[in-house]
Amino acid sequence: MHLVFPAVLAALLFCVGLYGVLARRNAVLMLMSVELMLNAVNLNLVAFDVWLRDALHSGQALTLFTITVAAAEIGLGLAIVLLIFRNRGTADIDRVGRLTDGDEQAGGDEQAGGDEQADGAETVGDDEMEGVG
Amino acid sequence: MNLAAVPLDSTRGFLSPSGVEIVFVLVGLGVLGAALLTVTTKQLVHAALWLVVALGGLAIEYLLLTAEFIAWVQVLIYVGAVVVLVLFGLMLTRAPIGASPDADSGNRWVALGVALAAAATLVTLVVDAFRSTWIDLGTVAGSTKANGVTLFRYWVLPFEALSVLLLAALVGAIVLSRREKKEP
Amino acid sequence: MTLTLAILVPLLPFLGALAGLASGRRAPGLVRPLAVLPTLASAVLAVLVLTRIGAKGHLDSATRLTPTGGLPISLSLHLDGIAVLLAALVAVVATCVQLYSTAYLREDPRYPSYAALVSLFTAAMLLVVYSGDLIVLLVGWEVMGVCSYFLVGHHWERPDARSASIKAFLVTKLGDVPFLFGIFVLATDAGTFQINGILGAAAAGRLHHATLAALLLLCGVAGKSAQFPLHTWLPDAMAGPTPVSALIHAATMVAAGVYLVARLEPVFLLSTAALVVLGIMAVITMIGSGLCALAQDDLKRVLAYSTVGQLGYMAGALAVGDRDAALFHLLTHGAFKALLFLSAGVVIHAAHTNSLTAMSRMDGLRRRVPDAYATMGIGLAALAGLPPFSGFFSKDAVLTAAERAADGDALTGGLGPAGNVPCWLGWTVLIGGLLAALLTAAYAARLWLLAFFPVKRTATAATAATAATEGVAGDAGVAGVAGVAREGAVAPTAAAAAALASDEPAGPVGPAAMVAPLWLLAVPSVALGLVGLWPHALPAWLDGVSLTPSGVTWPIATAVALLGAGLAWFAWRRAAARVLAGAEADAAAAADPAPLLLGPLLVPARVGFGVDTFYDRAFVRPVLGAARLVSFLDREVVETYVKGAAGTPGVIGRVVRRAQNGNTQGYLSALAAGVVVLAVIVAVAQ
Repeated sequence: MHLVFPAVLAALLFCVGLYGVLARRNAVLMLMSVELMLNAVNLNLVAFDVWLRDALHSGQALTLFTITVAAAEIGLGLAIVLLIFRNRGTADIDRVGRLTDGDEQAGGDEQAGGDEQADGAETVGDDEMEGVG
Repeated sequence: MNLAAVPLDSTRGFLSPSGVEIVFVLVGLGVLGAALLTVTTKQLVHAALWLVVALGGLAIEYLLLTAEFIAWVQVLIYVGAVVVLVLFGLMLTRAPIGASPDADSGNRWVALGVALAAAATLVTLVVDAFRSTWIDLGTVAGSTKANGVTLFRYWVLPFEALSVLLLAALVGAIVLSRREKKEP
Repeated sequence: MTLTLAILVPLLPFLGALAGLASGRRAPGLVRPLAVLPTLASAVLAVLVLTRIGAKGHLDSATRLTPTGGLPISLSLHLDGIAVLLAALVAVVATCVQLYSTAYLREDPRYPSYAALVSLFTAAMLLVVYSGDLIVLLVGWEVMGVCSYFLVGHHWERPDARSASIKAFLVTKLGDVPFLFGIFVLATDAGTFQINGILGAAAAGRLHHATLAALLLLCGVAGKSAQFPLHTWLPDAMAGPTPVSALIHAATMVAAGVYLVARLEPVFLLSTAALVVLGIMAVITMIGSGLCALAQDDLKRVLAYSTVGQLGYMAGALAVGDRDAALFHLLTHGAFKALLFLSAGVVIHAAHTNSLTAMSRMDGLRRRVPDAYATMGIGLAALAGLPPFSGFFSKDAVLTAAERAADGDALTGGLGPAGNVPCWLGWTVLIGGLLAALLTAAYAARLWLLAFFPVKRTATAATAATAATEGVAGDAGVAGVAGVAREGAVAPTAAAAAALASDEPAGPVGPAAMVAPLWLLAVPSVALGLVGLWPHALPAWLDGVSLTPSGVTWPIATAVALLGAGLAWFAWRRAAARVLAGAEADAAAAADPAPLLLGPLLVPARVGFGVDTFYDRAFVRPVLGAARLVSFLDREVVETYVKGAAGTPGVIGRVVRRAQNGNTQGYLSALAAGVVVLAVIVAVAQ
């Protein structure tokens, strides 16, 4: 099999994931896009491992590790997103702008609104959390 | 077998694809399409479902590359665990059911430009580098046995370290998600 | 023993000043003793030192505190007849002034700092007098300058006091800069700052730049002793309290310049050019100030101009080589000028105005201040040089010295070659001195008549004059109005006039603390001249030059003085007659003889011949213009660079911070784009 096929597929998949990371507003969708990028890397690892016939199977072993790390990443990432959602009342990544430099940005007002929302949302989130738990 | 050892073979070319290649390209197109839908759809839950399609397609690609163990792990962990986790995440952040018009941020066009530029660069480089490289799929490279042998013979230490990492991630996720007590 | 006493003389007022400043606010009861007692003790000690040193004694003592590199500077005392005499005068006058001030400034809230400054001023002058080292002398000299700044600006609420103090400071400093260089030139030639060393070098002919040094020193002397062209600060310094004027004019500040020249007379005698400059300066000062004094309406300004003129006499005596005459006149002038100022203070206190015009319309001033009336008469007679008052003898000593110099036989007292004094300079000083004597007698008589002899006018004229209360001053000059305003008593003029019009029997005013110093000073004003007659009295303390009036000059001088006084009296009668006739009831309510005497010179003389205006045009405005230019350059040019240096990074920062918008995806986009660009660059470069 021509090596270009998996390599190009991986490259395109990576770029699609990149677009998703950069363009999606919802933080969970961003994490999904990150998964796409990681899978592109995995594809590359597998394809090159098969091509090179490494005695140690480095590519496939690393792929397994990457999958594991990705699982850990998505777990932690979702925990962080939940924390943000609980504090801010939103999972929209472009409304989490507390690190903005300067006070002339409109983000300040939005954040204030967001904080108010958070208070309201917190109790609801609690209930849901407990229900889930 | 390495790059220099593979001479330009007239019997193998772009214009005369083998069956495996045809299947690979077709499944690849499906994966790509599913991935595109994942990052563009307005319905957030649909995005997760399209992600399932893309990841499952990738599992098929692994199979085609004779990496069967990776393929099953892919199905188990990604399709089984990660996507479920993502769906829970969507629900817990109260993602709207149905189309949400503001699924994409204002950064969309910048993201598109960056992604296209990256794609052009990567594809150009990859095609330029591996224009005349073939994978020999004659022998199975990723059987479960082979993988297990190498993993527990040569990769034991990273494997164990990774287990500690998973434990740490578990603890971290719990700590992050835990509610702070208001007043002790 | 004598040395200890001598050190205590300047030290006591200095410590008194420090103690007064330290305790002024906390212990108001201590202020008056702290002001008077150290000065009094210092005066007693100064007299004691005077008797101990004796006529021909010397006391030189020097101690070097620390190596100063180059030429050594040492704390040194040089006491000789001149120094001890002058120190006694300074201390006595300062004591009188302090005593007088306790009453004069009784109500003043700033009296503690005032008294401390006067003490400091006295200490500085005593330091100048006793110092045997030019640098130490300079310290006292400059401390005096600073103190005069503060004292003249005592009433700093008033703009004229503020500007007068700044003017006094700047003008004297203007002279002090070349003065400092003059000291350096002298010390470089002589190899020492010690006055004795310099005089020794002068005698040995080792001073190679005597003319340069003398001319540079003259600048400082002109500034301090208010000689033309740096005399303008002195009349303005009248904005200070009257006792300060007495102190500055009589004994301390202005005497310092004359004293310095007398001290370094051998250096000056080496240079004909310096003597000529000094003599011309003196003559211009004498005559100009006489004319100005004749035209002034402000009592204190008349006295100020008279001080300038008398200092001109001293400078003239120094120019013809006779420092004995100069110091003689300095001593007598110190006594009678202090007397004049202090009695003027009493008069002003009683009349509530400075204006002679206003005084001339006040009835009974004579009766209300009989002591001031009498002592001022003595002082004015001494000022005018009428025998047998002290001023007559000292002024005649100056004229005698000029006459001898005109004969080509200058009385240098063996300090230098008499041939260096040109004959024509002697003639110039002699004629200038005689003219000035005429003017002095005229303005002294005018002052006396205007202040104490009001014109009895008819009822109609009186009402007319009263109706034109403000208009009265219209002719008598803006100076009159300014004078009233300057004393800060606007209403009292009318109030006093009303009180006098009601013919209240006003008794003598003035507390004893103000009257006692008058009589104390009146004694030397009368008698000090006689000590010059005995060869064993005053001349023995100085260089031994005879101070006896020569047979030629004294009849002429006396005749001239009498002529001046007579002219003034005559003019005053004419003016009074006109006022009585009501011919000028609206215009010249005062019977001022000045218009008759001066004629067309009246207006220019009243404004000091426009020297101030000239300085304003020639120096002040260009300097202000240059300052504006500099401030413009600073603000518009230099600051533009500074603002640019600050602004450009600011603009860049504002642009850059737009990138810092808190949007994670934006950051990530930039990161990815950068990676792509780097990858492309690497790929293309390969």
